[in-house]
Amino acid sequence: MGDMIKGNHAIAEAALRAGAEFYAGYPITPSTEIVEYLSERMPELGRVFIQAESEGASINMVIGASASGARCFTASSSVGMTLKQEGISHLADMNLPFLAVNVTRYGNGLGTLDTGQSDYNRDTRGGGSGDYRNIVLSPSGLQEAVDLVGLAFDLADKYRVGAILHTEAALGQMMEPCDMPEFREVKRREDGINGDYTIKNRVSPLTADRRKEAIELKERYEIIKANEQRWEEGYLEDADYVIVAYGLAGRSAMGAVEQIRAEGHKVGFIRPITLWPFPEKAFSKVNPNVKGYISVEENALGQMVDDIALTLKKYKNSSTPIYCLAYAFGIPTMKKIKEDFLRINAGELKEVY
Amino acid sequence: MAKKRKLPEMLGKQISFCPGCGHGVVVRLIAECIEELGQTNNVIWNIGVGCYSLASIGINADKFDSLHGKASATSTAFKKLNPDTLIISYQGDGDAYNIGIGESISTAYRNENITVITVNNTNYGMTGGQMSATTLPGQMTTTSPKGRDCATTGMPIKFPELVATQFPNAAYVARGSVTSPANVNKLKKYIKNAFEAQLNNEGYSLVEVLSPCPTNWGMTPLQSHDRVDNEIMTYYPLGEFKKREVK
Ligand SMILES: Cc1ncc(C[n+]2csc(CCOP(=O)(O)OP(=O)(O)O)c2C)c(N)n1
Ligand code: SF4
Repeated sequence: MGDMIKGNHAIAEAALRAGAEFYAGYPITPSTEIVEYLSERMPELGRVFIQAESEGASINMVIGASASGARCFTASSSVGMTLKQEGISHLADMNLPFLAVNVTRYGNGLGTLDTGQSDYNRDTRGGGSGDYRNIVLSPSGLQEAVDLVGLAFDLADKYRVGAILHTEAALGQMMEPCDMPEFREVKRREDGINGDYTIKNRVSPLTADRRKEAIELKERYEIIKANEQRWEEGYLEDADYVIVAYGLAGRSAMGAVEQIRAEGHKVGFIRPITLWPFPEKAFSKVNPNVKGYISVEENALGQMVDDIALTLKKYKNSSTPIYCLAYAFGIPTMKKIKEDFLRINAGELKEVY
Repeated sequence: MAKKRKLPEMLGKQISFCPGCGHGVVVRLIAECIEELGQTNNVIWNIGVGCYSLASIGINADKFDSLHGKASATSTAFKKLNPDTLIISYQGDGDAYNIGIGESISTAYRNENITVITVNNTNYGMTGGQMSATTLPGQMTTTSPKGRDCATTGMPIKFPELVATQFPNAAYVARGSVTSPANVNKLKKYIKNAFEAQLNNEGYSLVEVLSPCPTNWGMTPLQSHDRVDNEIMTYYPLGEFKKREVK
């Protein structure tokens, strides 16, 4: 097993090992260790590091880097990610791949410094103006985070879309043992421009056939939905109730499921790893006589619960009750999830759908 | 005897600006300088958002369409990853000095080795002539219908002067105009100096161009050129504000 490492450092190092040649970012708690780490590490490796004047400038630098064909990334937290959305939408418009790491903090506007999952809707729906999506990957531990960073870059390049590593404050700040991947070669994509004008067929936004592009994009997203859903699951075949949770809430929920089962209740779990595409396929494995689904979330309104409802509408019996344990912020403890499950089981809590 | 100017190779298709507009002259001069410096296959035109966005259709060279105001940031990345390529940010006064002032100042302040060309026509041309950071005192625009009131909207910004006086590392800063053959020739020298500074890794270079916008000023092309000479130049003097250091 690898050495102990802090979450944000692990993510930054993993990106460099995946061949990232360019980073631009702006400090914000709880993601700051990423920009700090890279300020030393990237020059050491001969890569390009820029501390930009703002999140908006950082993402526009990433635009220039991706247009140059370089493997590139930025990182921020919630409100900082908000400022990047114009650029992320522009990247989508130009089919330019990139990675953005969102070490989320709970809350609206400036928000808090608490760990939370209040950016689910924003990150899974594209986030800026327009009609696009990014692949959103959410780890529940540091080894998984490190592994997903490399995957995120590869998927972004493969499908010519953006990738978001959607993690959270506690995961960025905690330490765990981690095996780091080997260094991969730094190389430019062939479609990048460098001034020599060998790529003559680049389409200008002013002359593009927008209808054709939109249809092509939709088709590409359908392929991503078909091929790239990822999740972890347990005990779905006999489950009376299925708990759905991602990130650190997902990790806690998996522990709670073991405890609840030990007391004789048949519960299963689905832990989405791709938040977009949402792992709809996981639901096809669930016991047809399941009595209910329970979304466990670190926000107050319940956000992912809507995706569970849409999935059931599409693939399953949409009249199955769907509950939501929305804990506002902070990682819900296994004990708390267990207690609240027992209240649901006793008919004390009302379903959302 | 007047020299006949050859159309640069990279300007193939027609670009449609209004009659009397300065953008066409600026695009042409940039292309001539690129060609004369032997950089035709070593340049990225990074274009902002304004009437000049149309230029991207007519330029046969590597080019990129940046977001409104953000070309200096994208140019920064282009240069870092392509250090031997000539990187040009083509922007307007609204693009570079209003929405993009943060990126413009920060790029100059970091002394990025790129060239920014800002075409200053004292308004937002593309959206129909609203007030910009360079609209002159008293100038009527669609958002200053009674004339710009500098008591409430501030005085027009002088970005080249700001860069030249506050950022001592900047390599080259000048302001030119397109209003007479003499001015056009001088402007071409400024642009070429800026490109040479970049190609020699001397640092940030900036050329602002005073440019008529007859359509939004409600003037004929000739009247609009007179306005540049008689009115705008009294507030925005031409010249080199920071010369290249002879090394
Ligand atoms: C984010 C954003 N805000 C506003 C606009 C609308 N818009 C397009 S061009 C423009 C002004 C351009 O003015 P300037 O840079 O001075 O160029 P000109 O057209 O005068 O040459 C504006 C406000 C936009 N495209 N994007
Ligand atoms: S509106 Fe003004 S800046 Fe735009 S093309 Fe016409 S004259 Fe030029």
